[in-house]
Amino acid sequence: MRIGVFICHCGSNIAATVDCPAVAEQAKGLQDVVFTTDTMYTCSEPGQNEIIEAIKEHKLDGVVVASCSPRMHEATFRRALERAGLNRYMLEMANIREHVSWIGKNKERNTVKAFELVSIAVAKLRNNNPLYANKFDVTKRVLVIGGGVAGIQAALDCADAGYQVVMVEREQSIGGKMAKIDKTFPTVDCSSCILGPKMVDVSQHENITLYALSEVEKIEGYVGNFDVQVRKKATYVNWDECTGCGACMEKCPSKKNIDKFNEGISKCTSINIPFPQAIPKKAAINPEGCLMLQKGKCGVCAKVCPTKCIDFEQKDEIITEKVGAVIAATGYDMFDHSVYKQYGAGQYPDVITSLQYERLMNASGPTGGHIIRPSDGKEPKKVVFVQCVGSRDPSVGRPYCSGFCCMYTAKQAILTKDHIPDSDSYVFYMDIRSPGKGYDEFTRRAQEQYGVQYLRGRVSMIYPKGDRYVVRGSDTLAGTQVEVEADLVVLAVGAESAKNAPALAEKMRISYDNYGFFMEAHPKLKPVETNTAGVYLAGSCVGPRDIPTSVGQGSAAAAKVMTLFSKDKLESDPQVSSVNTSRCIGCMKCATTCPFGAIKEVTDRAGNVKAEVIETVCQGCGICTVTCPQGAIQLQHFTDNQILAEVNALCQAQLDF
Amino acid sequence: MSGSTGLLTEGQDLRIVGFLCNWCSYGGADTAGVARFEQPTDLRVIRVPCSGRIDPLFIARALLSGADGVLVSGCHPRDCHYAEGNFYARRRFEMLKQFLSVTGIDPERFHYTWVSASEGQRWQDVVTSFTERIRKLGPATKMAGGTGYDEECLKEIAAAVSLGDQCPCHKEKA
Repeated sequence: MRIGVFICHCGSNIAATVDCPAVAEQAKGLQDVVFTTDTMYTCSEPGQNEIIEAIKEHKLDGVVVASCSPRMHEATFRRALERAGLNRYMLEMANIREHVSWIGKNKERNTVKAFELVSIAVAKLRNNNPLYANKFDVTKRVLVIGGGVAGIQAALDCADAGYQVVMVEREQSIGGKMAKIDKTFPTVDCSSCILGPKMVDVSQHENITLYALSEVEKIEGYVGNFDVQVRKKATYVNWDECTGCGACMEKCPSKKNIDKFNEGISKCTSINIPFPQAIPKKAAINPEGCLMLQKGKCGVCAKVCPTKCIDFEQKDEIITEKVGAVIAATGYDMFDHSVYKQYGAGQYPDVITSLQYERLMNASGPTGGHIIRPSDGKEPKKVVFVQCVGSRDPSVGRPYCSGFCCMYTAKQAILTKDHIPDSDSYVFYMDIRSPGKGYDEFTRRAQEQYGVQYLRGRVSMIYPKGDRYVVRGSDTLAGTQVEVEADLVVLAVGAESAKNAPALAEKMRISYDNYGFFMEAHPKLKPVETNTAGVYLAGSCVGPRDIPTSVGQGSAAAAKVMTLFSKDKLESDPQVSSVNTSRCIGCMKCATTCPFGAIKEVTDRAGNVKAEVIETVCQGCGICTVTCPQGAIQLQHFTDNQILAEVNALCQAQLDF
Repeated sequence: MSGSTGLLTEGQDLRIVGFLCNWCSYGGADTAGVARFEQPTDLRVIRVPCSGRIDPLFIARALLSGADGVLVSGCHPRDCHYAEGNFYARRRFEMLKQFLSVTGIDPERFHYTWVSASEGQRWQDVVTSFTERIRKLGPATKMAGGTGYDEECLKEIAAAVSLGDQCPCHKEKA
């Protein structure tokens, strides 16, 4: 074999703490290595051309690139090899940046380590074989999980491009958080006026199938061919018949249910349509509050329903859908401020969350858009906004900035003045974070034009005094303690990952971070892709995002899906298992351990049972390879011989016997 | 060990072999690198697709061939890229731990854990604490060459055989 080794300086990223020329020089002594060099940027065009020229000039049949992580540039260098006429799997990479130069400052030790990583890469490459991809069919349908603004945008874009979309929404209506918001910053647009038409488009689009009040139960399969199970929860209303007239809501005697859509600031009936613009506009029964379902007595709704669509016998339904791609747009949840004991732990009626305040301001909310104190219904004259509640606070496990609270607080303060002209607003803030088009101007407008008092400092305590509340905090600019008496306190609660987000991530086999937000494939360059092929992300499930970013990501994820669907056949990864039939004894242990059902039993001409891998189904995990008692089934590109060659290269150097 | 490379003269590294799954722990190690979380330099990482691909044989081979320690890391349970690879891995590693002491290898020299792709900080902690553990244990005893039999024992047997009928065990048998 003739191997070429390329050591990348990566500018000074590697060269500052690794002696690259020395590694290249030393690598000349490795078995089968006929050419080594060190280059400034191997991934750049001249760098790649150098590889291609070296392959031709030195008749190389294998290449080792020592540079950054293979998770970063393996695909780049594989393409370079292909351009030079080599098989893409005759490449090995040594990660001397993330695993060497960036984590240690001792140049001498780093250089030794870098060389050893190169030597194990060479040892493995000597056992590599060319591999060739197979082709398989794509199901050109997409599953969108979550019907917030990001999911809606993704669904509409895919549907407009002519692909079938299955949308699954956990709540009774799509719209997500945006449907609850009164106005948007910084344009002070009416939120439901700009979202509403999009929601209607979803319900009327011929390419979109909407499952509301449903959850994804199970996702199996792989890119291009996912099998999805959706649990359609019992609504006790036949939605094919329901017209959304609302007659049942008027007559329902059970009126004490917590209104989830209104963030708990009002009560609703057991049979309910959450808000007038709900999509689908269908009633559903909350079984916990329904007298008929709990006590077997009532049934008023069934009597008044003009289409007779109430069905108390309805059960959850499991629906199976075949899709080729998945877009997760599951959004976020609001931080539960009850952990802040010093702010009343959620016990003070007039200390409310920002989203509750949105519902109070919203004309379709429980007060018809009149801002009142939940305790006595009076109009507040002095409103205090407290920012960073559950953001930038490591003591409650939320060290990150939620990003949009500064902006919505400024908006709420402005709207408060619009609603109640003789009111005063105070904002306690840590820093004003307003990067975005027209954002900083907007926060300035709140202060300069609307006279909102901004106080820089954290609030240490909120306590009741008479029927008002005292907000005690610091003013770090004046260097004093301040106490503000307020009629209403609005806590700008931060965003956290949606409930059950980790469980859903596990179903989709994608990663999530410590906070439960989903991990993108690359935080800078692949913001809507995941490490699982065919699964894409949009909106706040990745981290707090404002509306324009969520919409942009919805479209971005849709574009990724369309790229995937633009091909009639996908290329399978040839790094799959393969059976050496002369060694296989037909025990089929491999088939029992395979998580994908990719191994089937066949009989050879002599009538012996043998295992056979279905190459397009195999995902290349290699569990079978370890299970096989005969070493007969080998994961290509990660065979026993290849890995043992790496181990030997690493360990035997020091053996004396 | 550095004799073979000639690049390092003193303050030698220990030989720690890491087996990391591509999707979580290798990514976690990358995340640690990107964040410049400094780590000891003793570890050399071998990338495998899944912790379920790691044959206990690889670990035994590394330790028998002179590795001072073996560190294995995969995705957290229930978060495996291949759904259940790390469950198989966990069983195999637990079995291996039982066997290592039988083969004369200190089981402390082998450690397996779970690190996700976002846990750069955790990866730094894992590498640092495992390296410290191995440094405390010191370099592994070199597997000696020779027959593999206990020389003393062989001598005793030879002496007993030379006694012929006088050998105590011969009598017992009779």
